[in-house]
Amino acid sequence: MQSLVIVAHGSHLNPESSAPTYDHADTIRAAGAFDEVRTGFWKEEPHFREVLRTVEGSEIYVVPLFVSEGYFTEQVIPRELRLNGWDVSEWDSDGLSADQATLVAEDIDSEVHYCGPVGTHRAMTDVIVRRAESVTNDADVGDGFGLAVVGHGTERNENSAKAIEYHADRIAERDRFDEVKALYMDEEPEVDDLPEHFESDDVVLVPLFIADGYHTQEDIPEDVGLCEDHTEGYDVPETVDGTRIWYAGAVGTEPLMADVVLERAADAGADVGGALDDVRETTRVATGD
Amino acid sequence: MADSTPGTDGGEAGEAGEADDDGPELPDVDLPSDAFDAVLDALDDRDPGEPLQFEGFSVARGTKGTDEDLPGGTPDEYVLAAGGRPTGMSERDLHGALAERAPAVTDWYVFERVVGEFGPRRAFLRWIEDADGETVATRYAALAEGIERAWGELKITATITDRGERRYDVRHADDAGVPVDELDAYEDPLDARELVTFDEKGRYRPLKTAPSLAGGWVFPDLGPRDLYEAVETIYPATVANWHREREGELDVTHWRETMERQSGIYGVVKTWDRGEGNEHVDWVAEACCDDSQCLKRREWEYDEETDLDVDGGDGVFPCREPCSVVVSAARKWTRLESEQPRTYEFELTPSEKEQVEDIIDAVADGRIDEIREADTKEGANRYRTRFLRAKLFDDEGNLGGVPTDPDEE
Repeated sequence: MQSLVIVAHGSHLNPESSAPTYDHADTIRAAGAFDEVRTGFWKEEPHFREVLRTVEGSEIYVVPLFVSEGYFTEQVIPRELRLNGWDVSEWDSDGLSADQATLVAEDIDSEVHYCGPVGTHRAMTDVIVRRAESVTNDADVGDGFGLAVVGHGTERNENSAKAIEYHADRIAERDRFDEVKALYMDEEPEVDDLPEHFESDDVVLVPLFIADGYHTQEDIPEDVGLCEDHTEGYDVPETVDGTRIWYAGAVGTEPLMADVVLERAADAGADVGGALDDVRETTRVATGD
Repeated sequence: MADSTPGTDGGEAGEAGEADDDGPELPDVDLPSDAFDAVLDALDDRDPGEPLQFEGFSVARGTKGTDEDLPGGTPDEYVLAAGGRPTGMSERDLHGALAERAPAVTDWYVFERVVGEFGPRRAFLRWIEDADGETVATRYAALAEGIERAWGELKITATITDRGERRYDVRHADDAGVPVDELDAYEDPLDARELVTFDEKGRYRPLKTAPSLAGGWVFPDLGPRDLYEAVETIYPATVANWHREREGELDVTHWRETMERQSGIYGVVKTWDRGEGNEHVDWVAEACCDDSQCLKRREWEYDEETDLDVDGGDGVFPCREPCSVVVSAARKWTRLESEQPRTYEFELTPSEKEQVEDIIDAVADGRIDEIREADTKEGANRYRTRFLRAKLFDDEGNLGGVPTDPDEE
């Protein structure tokens, strides 16, 4: 019996935090690739400490719904899941290349496949592009548009910037958007000066965050100038200094994220059958023709 | 109907139907073909002569002509042993014999084939009808009346169909006796996620086991697996921990160990334990873990040797370590409790002192919404409190006009 466990941060304050986790779990359940799909959280229940004991299967894949390798994926999750003998060297990663480690979880005395975070997977690039399609409601968006991929900078986690750059570079290589830039909240180039970094009249701004919350709903909209105060709200697109900014909100809310979760598990050896194709198809943006 | 005519009130399995002298009234149960097919499959998987056990009898394939060569039939025939002489019979005869014993056969089918082996789910569903303590006849009679169980704020009513299938009605205990059509009815256990997110005032519930579950909904007709999933969704991991506790395997992690493990912004919490006793943890438990705040029964203590002075509560399911809400609050208290007390001097009338106490009590007990707008007898009444503020606060919001930091004077 094959089980998928999606682990995410969650929140004591914000119900939106766990919403994408539940949504992607539901998409994967519907695709039928796993006998069971469970969710576990750092700030909600079941907690990381107790989620594995709710799992029935013997072939267990744990996928962190986090944007980068760092404190949570390297320290907190392995510790709380009680992965025996975990060391970050198990992933042998340059900050972007964590794939999986197979370790015994002491809590259930059984092996689990602990996967790298969704945010650094190559398939995440497609989710960012899909997010741009969603927010513009245009399955072919690109021509005449700039794309800003935004994240924390290195102040919180040096790998955070690596993940942003990685995806921005990959999207740029596709020559789909007129310009692609990686921007940061706490280092140069800063998202606050977004119009200065783009020549295009239209720019899609995609924050590399898992869930909507303080950063994506208050911080970034105010910093970019979409609104004076987040309680006022803003339009999509909103014009700032002559640039039309299409603010996408957290990329993690995009339905195609379920595909990255599946990819992570598949890379770790899970048999996901045709689920990858199913999820890519069912989460597609309507083309309108 | 299970929902409107419950048979028992106490939540103990097996009480129903035992009232009269003739013993419990066993409901009529037919043998469904899926249960019969499952019996045939199970026998096929066994060697001739190897019995399949039901309550009160067993069935095996015959051994005539095999190494065992016992009387009663060939491997294509079946031998039913029920006290008397085993008799060989055809598949058709076996169906008749099992149909006569449909309660025992359907009971086997429910637990061995529908519920399955997974420990927490199996233990929970057997506990609901006391399957390890009561006979099939007693349970079926009780299920026909409806067996009620409490789990946190949930009321679970188990019933049985005329095919021996278990059906469960799950709702808030406050909605006991309310007709299903007056509640919002759900089928998919995962829909329970929507029901647990906000309390009845629409406030986000950060702790699923807080006694703030809103009512007004019902899962009127769940099967065994979906019942387990609904309970797991409403009170995550509580069944797994309860099961471990019943097996004598609950892994309790006490306060000290939990705080020692913390890192990042929570690493500071370990500094709150200064080897000067554990009164601060008593206060935490009194603040956060009391039954009025969380339905889990706290099993963790200060450390392996040192119990807290506060009662752990009466919950059905255990709490095995300080939760993330407690750890987060403890981080705040670690900072606040590092401050040194100071002496502030300002005057209060006796009634004002009592009013401050009333306000603290009202907030701590979550009573402020119950205090009526014009009820000025209540110290925590809004007008009374606004009057106190108008009288005692200066323009900077300092109580008694005394600055919090003496250097500000």
